[in-house]
Amino acid sequence: MSASAVFILDVKGKPLISRNYKGDVPMSEIDHFMPLLVQREEEGALAPLLSYGKVHFLWIKHSNLYLVATTLKNANASLVYSFLYKTVEVFCEYFKELEEESIRDNFVIVYELLDELMDFGFPQTTDSKILQEYITQQGNKLETGKSRVPPTVTNAVSWRSEGIKYKKNEVFIDVIESVNLLVNANGSVLLSEIVGTIKLKVFLSGMPELRLGLNDRVLFELTGRSKNKSVELEDVKFHQCVRLSRFDNDRTISFIPPDGDFELMSYRLSTQVKPLIWIESVIEKFSHSRVEIMVKAKGQFKKQSVANGVEISVPVPSDADSPRFKTSVGSAKYMPEKNVVIWSIKSFPGGKEYLMRAHFGLPSVEKEEEEGRPPIGVKFEIPYFTVSGIQVRYMKIIEKSGYQALPWVRYITQSGDYQLRTS
Amino acid sequence: MTDSKYFTTTKKGEIFELKAELNSDKKEKKKEAVKKVIASMTVGKDVSALFPDVVNCMQTDNLELKKLVYLYLMNYAKSQPDMAIMAVNTFVKDCEDPNPLIRALAVRTMGCIRVDKITEYLCEPLRKCLKDEDPYVRKTAAVCVAKLHDINAQLVEDQGFLDTLKDLISDSNPMVVANAVAALSEIAESHPSSNLLDLNPQSINKLLTALNECTEWGQIFILDCLANYTPKDDREAQSICERVTPRLSHANSAVVLSAVKVLMKFMEMLSKDLDYYGTLLKKLAPPLVTLLSAEPELQYVALRNINLIVQKRPEILKHEMKVFFVKYNDPIYVKLEKLDIMIRLASQANIAQVLAELKEYATEVDVDFVRKAVRAIGRCAIKVEQSAERCVSTLLDLIQTKVNYVVQEAIVVIKDIFRKYPNKYESVIATLCENLDSLDEPEARAAMIWIVGEYAERIDNADELLESFLEGFHDESTQVQLQLLTAIVKLFLKKPTETQELVQQVLSLATQDSDNPDLRDRGYIYWRLLSTDPVAAKEVVLAEKPLISEETDLIEPTLLDELICYIGTLASVYHKPPSAFVEGGRGVVHKSLPPRTASSESTESPETAPAGAPPGEQPDVIPTQGDLLGDLLNLDLGPPVSGPPLATTSVQMGAVDLLGGGLDSLIGGPNFVAPPAAAVPASLGAPIGSGLSDLFDLTSGVGTLSGSYVAPKAVWLPAMKAKGLEISGTFTRQVGSISMDLQLTNKALQVMTDFAIQFNRNSFGLAPAAPLQVHAPLSPNQTVEISLPLNTVGSVMKMEPLNNLQVAVKNNIDVFYFSTLYPLHILFVEDGKMDRQMFLATWKDIPNENEAQFQIRDCPLNAEAVSSKLQSSNIFTIAKRNVEGQDMLYQSLKLTNGIWVLAELRIQPGNPSFTVLQLSLKCRAPEVSQHVYQAYETILKN
Repeated sequence: MSASAVFILDVKGKPLISRNYKGDVPMSEIDHFMPLLVQREEEGALAPLLSYGKVHFLWIKHSNLYLVATTLKNANASLVYSFLYKTVEVFCEYFKELEEESIRDNFVIVYELLDELMDFGFPQTTDSKILQEYITQQGNKLETGKSRVPPTVTNAVSWRSEGIKYKKNEVFIDVIESVNLLVNANGSVLLSEIVGTIKLKVFLSGMPELRLGLNDRVLFELTGRSKNKSVELEDVKFHQCVRLSRFDNDRTISFIPPDGDFELMSYRLSTQVKPLIWIESVIEKFSHSRVEIMVKAKGQFKKQSVANGVEISVPVPSDADSPRFKTSVGSAKYMPEKNVVIWSIKSFPGGKEYLMRAHFGLPSVEKEEEEGRPPIGVKFEIPYFTVSGIQVRYMKIIEKSGYQALPWVRYITQSGDYQLRTS
Repeated sequence: MTDSKYFTTTKKGEIFELKAELNSDKKEKKKEAVKKVIASMTVGKDVSALFPDVVNCMQTDNLELKKLVYLYLMNYAKSQPDMAIMAVNTFVKDCEDPNPLIRALAVRTMGCIRVDKITEYLCEPLRKCLKDEDPYVRKTAAVCVAKLHDINAQLVEDQGFLDTLKDLISDSNPMVVANAVAALSEIAESHPSSNLLDLNPQSINKLLTALNECTEWGQIFILDCLANYTPKDDREAQSICERVTPRLSHANSAVVLSAVKVLMKFMEMLSKDLDYYGTLLKKLAPPLVTLLSAEPELQYVALRNINLIVQKRPEILKHEMKVFFVKYNDPIYVKLEKLDIMIRLASQANIAQVLAELKEYATEVDVDFVRKAVRAIGRCAIKVEQSAERCVSTLLDLIQTKVNYVVQEAIVVIKDIFRKYPNKYESVIATLCENLDSLDEPEARAAMIWIVGEYAERIDNADELLESFLEGFHDESTQVQLQLLTAIVKLFLKKPTETQELVQQVLSLATQDSDNPDLRDRGYIYWRLLSTDPVAAKEVVLAEKPLISEETDLIEPTLLDELICYIGTLASVYHKPPSAFVEGGRGVVHKSLPPRTASSESTESPETAPAGAPPGEQPDVIPTQGDLLGDLLNLDLGPPVSGPPLATTSVQMGAVDLLGGGLDSLIGGPNFVAPPAAAVPASLGAPIGSGLSDLFDLTSGVGTLSGSYVAPKAVWLPAMKAKGLEISGTFTRQVGSISMDLQLTNKALQVMTDFAIQFNRNSFGLAPAAPLQVHAPLSPNQTVEISLPLNTVGSVMKMEPLNNLQVAVKNNIDVFYFSTLYPLHILFVEDGKMDRQMFLATWKDIPNENEAQFQIRDCPLNAEAVSSKLQSSNIFTIAKRNVEGQDMLYQSLKLTNGIWVLAELRIQPGNPSFTVLQLSLKCRAPEVSQHVYQAYETILKN
């Protein structure tokens, strides 16, 4: 059904650690992985799924490591990839960083985790908060023999332990909207979408029941409040704590939250919005002599709002030299390792328009291979504002002990995959 | 302090030292030693020599140490089976430990020790653990059953573990349920016949309930299991869909894809008129789009699956073109998949946008991607007729860039556009010719040569152009050579006066100086054609070409349906059925979509589609044109199939002048020399290489003389029922005439005379074409054989069964009646070979409801044998192709009353004694299908 074995390889393809779950694929098969990967890369046919003889390799790369699952069967590929990513997540939460060093330094616990994450190719418990309750880094602690399976592992509520206590019961809600934008070289918007996430920081005692109210258009129409301002969520994805069938029935978002930080939900809207920061650029290349760049940025959002940490990255040819900049605001910096100029503006109020000019020299001998035309990228953050107009109407918190809890809400809009193609 | 220190022991005598440490009295030292052993194991050193010492450390109350020892055991038990027994006691003891963590650990590890001797000891602890009070232990034990089954299936069955496992599906704990489902599915997969997952509405209901409560992984196990269930009717399908749709909102992409699989499969059963059907379609689009924001590998899986989904149900994503636009930083595998989906979604409504994007991509720098983008423009032109002109002008713009690989790709696709829209865009030929010199890839050269040959009459210097290629003839690749040969012959037929020398030259290059049998054969064929019958040559070589279809790159409908059942799995990523890449016969069950079945209470018409025949309007695909038509006249653009090497025959040029007067009209002038007959490969009848079989329609005509299959005579009228007259007989068809071969035996004591015969009206109007002539009186115990000619112009009345024939025979004694069933193949007429184009069109035209599927088992024949057997009974193979190692034959036949039957026959290779032929029949009169199938079976099995 799924993976036969899981390997973690270093950047050269040498196994650092592995776990054989089913025993139907010889562990030595992994030796074929790296040569195969290199070969496919050369052929330009690299894909996340490779096969060698009868063995199929499903792999992902994380920093300098390869995580590879092998199988002989018609495995569920999406399950395997999602499992590999989950594994990375768990290791990262255990060791802060997942890299060669951290695997070596913690091999005992890595083995323990691999044993707990998957059994015979079936993913088991992959919630790192729960795992941390019974697989700890201090092995010595366990010597008392008192270690038990936390009931949470097999509970219907497998993400929250009982008996959590806080002096002050609070929930922090972050509504974060990322704007993805793709603009053609001639300035027409090809794709504009908003991907929103609602993140929670939960400091609540006991087993609280939470209900989140949004100005969801479908809900408003169901309840006859269609006159109020509402947002049409195109696709909503929830953390596993949310009762999906309940949402499907009456659009109620009800759940028992995990403790601490987690992402409650994400949603997507493809409603066309005016690009928040609009860029016009002229990149003139005079072969063998120079490149002249002119970039105009305009804040197309409300005057009261301010975009923070704006970074506009403009591509330059890799053989450019002797940069010179002029900006009406902020500062520009040449990053030769990335072949871009980064124009940073700390605070960019709505309605304003700024300009940057850059000048580069080009060598008289031109490079042979042609270069691609990377797009201009923009990063920004606009606090206290959501593009979609989504609002948290309420957060109801009910716990049998009857405490009062305070929800805090924060809104923020930021750039997602924000690309403007250059000509 | 980190664990990395354990890796740093490289001293000599390490093993010896470790041994001492392992046997130390100090707990701490022991543990350190075990860690060192495991560290050595991790870096690949062989520490199996320490087996007994490590096993000695197993009895400990330190959980961490225990885990390490267990890990060691899993790794080395197989190499030390005898010593592994030492561990059994501890395992058994640990399975009864008060700590559930240890119980579970023991049962989990035992299952991973694949040593037969140990498995026996595992049974008792496993049985206890399956009933353990702690769900953590039960869920681990459930998986252990699958492990044990993998080692010793018989043991698991004998011990009744499968039943226990089935019981766990009703467990109160969702995680136990999920693991039980996973284990059962795993076992069922390797034993398809076992019917383990006895799914019924009750168990389905339990699964659907557990679906709401278990972890994300458990949800996937359950959804994948649900996908194997076939609801009894559309109501049940709908109610399951309703309970599965909430999963589309799960954050885990794998849960979403598994839910999509269930929905896509069960949708097949829903009527399109249902409101719910439309609702479901609408619900599917947003989650599919959201999958594109997942990690790149998951995006890739999603895109490969979306590629299938848009072929199966294009309506789901038809408005979502923009989300497939390529982003600069997408990995190349994502880019290429997006491109493919863009073309599939291209329509008149969005073509402008698509073309603008493709043009943008065509100017990128990644060569592979650019090539695909240029090809995509060509595919758009062929797919969306209204856009063809725009596509052509976009391609011309790209040719102007003079980027070498762009120009070459553009020429290859323009050739396809010419084939789709002949005589429409020839004005661009001049531009193409300008780029002749820059073409260095065989495919582009061949395409250009084809264009020159095809439009020779419009290109003033066509002869010069082609001649320029001729200079380096032997350095060209085969496809260019073949194309050049054909193009020059075309040119000659169009402008015979000026190009005679050229054609002589190319023919001699091809026949004398080449080692390639395909090329030689083609050369000879042209030569003979030109020398014996130039008019025929013209008809053959300059024949009108079939148009290429827009759907050449679609997946075969049967395969597509199968792949839909495998959404999310490797099969869906490879676009191949699991049988193509999973080893062995085990686990290879062909899946197909459920037929649509209306519930009995439903007001809908109770039409039930034949099993496996998917209703719905998914595009029908007929074989890729390129494969079908890799013929002499048109294109050799695929890699050539080289035939078996033939002994080279020496050709004596000019020895004999075989040229009749025919060519004089064409050239008039010097003699045209044909190769001597001896030089032509002796057996033109045997297909040699790819080219030959197409030029001579080898199949037609051959075999008709031998006649259709004739069944042995059977007794139709026993003597006791007809006062002593016994009639046995059979039907034959030979050279277009049907006859009834009768054998009359007189078993009475008196002489019989005055025979006559009459047929009742029947389905196909069969009637005697002559009176029954028994020349002499039939004496007692005498037998006479008569062949009664039949025709099909009698009165028609539909019979039940269709091929029932009621006959009356009279003699001097009485009139006797009997009925018999005639095999349908006697009605298959000789001109039942349908033109390919017609076939394509007809196949599409006949609604899917008329498609019927059958299996012919135990027929160990290969494609050729099948083809020739059927041919002799007038079932004609129109095309053959190979898909994923399976031969597909496309066949047609015509009945005497003009009904056409189209067939797709899939031959699955493998063990000859298990060969299964999959027959799909399409006919406007679907009631004949069953009988046609029987005819197939009869013919093939005799």
